[in-house]
Amino acid sequence: MSGAEASLALSVFLACAVEAVEALTIVLAVGTTRHWPAALGGTGVAVLVLAVVVAALGPALTVLPLGVLRVVVGGLLLTFGLQWLRKAILRAAGAKDKHDEEAIFAAEAAEAAAVPVAAGFDGYAFAISFKAVLLEGLEVAFIVLTFGANQHDVGLAAVAAAAAVLAVLGAGLALRAPLARVPENGMKFAVGVMLTSFGIFWGAEGAGADWPGGEVSLAPLVAVVLLAALAMVVEIRGRGATAGPAAAPRRGRQVA
Amino acid sequence: MSARRILAAIWDFVVGDDPRLALAALAAIGLTAVVCAFGLSAWWSAPVVALAALRWTLRGARPSATSASRTSS
Repeated sequence: MSGAEASLALSVFLACAVEAVEALTIVLAVGTTRHWPAALGGTGVAVLVLAVVVAALGPALTVLPLGVLRVVVGGLLLTFGLQWLRKAILRAAGAKDKHDEEAIFAAEAAEAAAVPVAAGFDGYAFAISFKAVLLEGLEVAFIVLTFGANQHDVGLAAVAAAAAVLAVLGAGLALRAPLARVPENGMKFAVGVMLTSFGIFWGAEGAGADWPGGEVSLAPLVAVVLLAALAMVVEIRGRGATAGPAAAPRRGRQVA
Repeated sequence: MSARRILAAIWDFVVGDDPRLALAALAAIGLTAVVCAFGLSAWWSAPVVALAALRWTLRGARPSATSASRTSS
């Protein structure tokens, strides 16, 4: 396995694991407070939809000319990566609330318990689980597709994603509780760095740039992005909590 | 679901909650293409633009006393 393939597999695994932990928390909350079969049904249907998306779009993406593919994929990965990284930097600097699976589990469970359970099939549990898994999984499916298509190895990306889901699912079933001890915020920081680095690398290459040393320059690029992100964390921490409000999260899609 | 809602969902998925960073990604790749078109070495431009834009979006951020324990998505 080459360095680029290892980076691809690691990035997809981490991104998928993070999103799987978040989806698992919601499915657990709905399942334990309402109706397990409906919650698992919603999860299963969402996973099927995601599999169909990957299977349908994967071959279509590989038909694109390599230059076009790299510009499009690089641009999208860079957009996603910068969003993940911005939030991860804010969390690491203490300017944004950290993700707390136990608190989210409690809030979701309370919300689910407040809705009356109808006799027979529990549509609420099905819908909430379906939506959670689909929304958390859609971005991962996209990452699997883009990474895989660019490296001509959608299979490796899919295997890495499946391994992450199985690992999270196994841990969740064993504990029967939200995976609060998973270093989710650190993982999100790492994913943000990797997505941003790959996005820069492929986007620039697609635009016509030649990286010194080709793929070898990916490792120093990841190091530069990581160091720059850490420097931003230090800079924000240095501003202190004395003057003015912290940066508020912006509205819209919560990607990371 | 109407076409407008589908487009809004796609926009939300791709652009996310901070359009400035989507613009930064476009600018990073666009500038690289322009520099390449002049026959110059351009590999440095995308990281410089992307990281400068990221730092710019964080210019007003500062630590909050309450951020350590609450939840967020």
